[in-house]
Amino acid sequence: MGKLSPDAVHTAVLDCIASVAPEADFDTLRADRPWREQLEIDSFDFQNILAAIEARLGVNVPESDYRKLSGTLDQMLDYLLARA
Amino acid sequence: MIEFTMPSLGADMEDGTFVEWLVQPGETVERGQVVCVVETQKGAVDVEIWTPGVVEALIAEPGQTIAVGGVLARIRAEAGAPTAAAASDTTGEGAIREARSAPVARELAKTIPTAPAGARQRITPAARRRAAELGIDPGALTGSGADGAVTLADVERAAGAGRTAPVDRPAPARESIVPPAKRAPQTATDDARKAAMRDAIAAAMSRSNRDIPHYYLAATLDVEPALKWLEAHNAALPVAERVIFPVLQLRAVAQALRDVPALNGWYEDGAFRAAEGVNVGVAIALRGGGLMVPALRDADSLGIGHMMARLADLLRRARSGQLRSSELTDASITVTNLGDLGVESVHGVIYPPQVALVGFGRVSERPWAEDGRLYATRCLTVTLAADHRASDGAIGARFLSRIVERLKQPESLWES
Repeated sequence: MGKLSPDAVHTAVLDCIASVAPEADFDTLRADRPWREQLEIDSFDFQNILAAIEARLGVNVPESDYRKLSGTLDQMLDYLLARA
Repeated sequence: MIEFTMPSLGADMEDGTFVEWLVQPGETVERGQVVCVVETQKGAVDVEIWTPGVVEALIAEPGQTIAVGGVLARIRAEAGAPTAAAASDTTGEGAIREARSAPVARELAKTIPTAPAGARQRITPAARRRAAELGIDPGALTGSGADGAVTLADVERAAGAGRTAPVDRPAPARESIVPPAKRAPQTATDDARKAAMRDAIAAAMSRSNRDIPHYYLAATLDVEPALKWLEAHNAALPVAERVIFPVLQLRAVAQALRDVPALNGWYEDGAFRAAEGVNVGVAIALRGGGLMVPALRDADSLGIGHMMARLADLLRRARSGQLRSSELTDASITVTNLGDLGVESVHGVIYPPQVALVGFGRVSERPWAEDGRLYATRCLTVTLAADHRASDGAIGARFLSRIVERLKQPESLWES
């Protein structure tokens, strides 16, 4: 669908991550490394982030796609941008 | 007259700082009711009472540091309650033993999500404070916490402020419960709190390494069937209700413990004492450092959805400092999962006086040979650290094999 701008998706995703991991420092996040590992997001945190994203962007991520969202932050943003 | 004393909430707790009373003199208290809040090295804890009666006198005052076993209050026992002699054990050990040997009735009661009608409403201190701030009547709320307790999340939800689940995450939720003037002995900054927790972990782990002759076993299995089973289970569920893989791991451990009870309990005074129920301690890393290991009770008998809800509740409360005293003393084994941090396996240090610790590493795709075929599949390494004083390698091996068998047949996990 792609109705939202990349900036809007970016902002929404960072808000959702911050709602679960308030201490997350996005400035030091390396773009070439998996974001979950860097922010120490376990499977429970991850699920809460996806629930927040679903509420905010209306994107329901099936479990079979979890791996696609666990790479770099850009990979996750691309996935969501294509569906938001 | 019964003396309600400062409980020991961990292997190396010596004292605690009293934070606040949640009951008044003259009030009737029930078994399992949260009656006060105590600040420990591991954060604030809601302390439950296990002897029903009427509050005669509140002795502890906010801000006081009180040794384990020190008197907090005097309770007048009701007819039929345990004798004063049994309850006024000043070492505090009585409280722990009692909490651990909690009867089935109490455990069953905990699986009922809401408080029975007419019962005193249970509410966490943070929730009560927030409700007061927002001008909400907590009596009108339905609690989602343990025992139907109203949690901060429930209050936020009622206020329309909390859209996402982890609203109660902001760390030391109890900072301002006590007026600053009364808090002199615990002007705990975050750094001091972290240092205290570090000390507590250091003491418990040093003791473990000194006293417990550990032996280690490991097994690797193909978890593709379990992950597929879980995906199918979750397919029809909204994100927030999906079950996460650690629930299956905890369940497999709980069932294996039923088969091999020799690893379910505590080694104290030179002997192993078996636990009555299967209460699995879940190692929870706190943001910013530190660790809590609250018990997921009755992990062998909860339904899958209920078990996920209970785990979610434990995780939230552990990270927002809202655990109950019995949750810190009930665990009869510990499970740690470092898979999300990318490690292949974890060889853990047992939390005394427990006798075993199960570790789960990451799920990763690997080449796998089975039935004469070689293929790529998702694998997981499970480890066991066990106390050689309480069990031998053969027992440990049997236990680990049972965990592996259960995980290989996920449909068997919730069969009775």
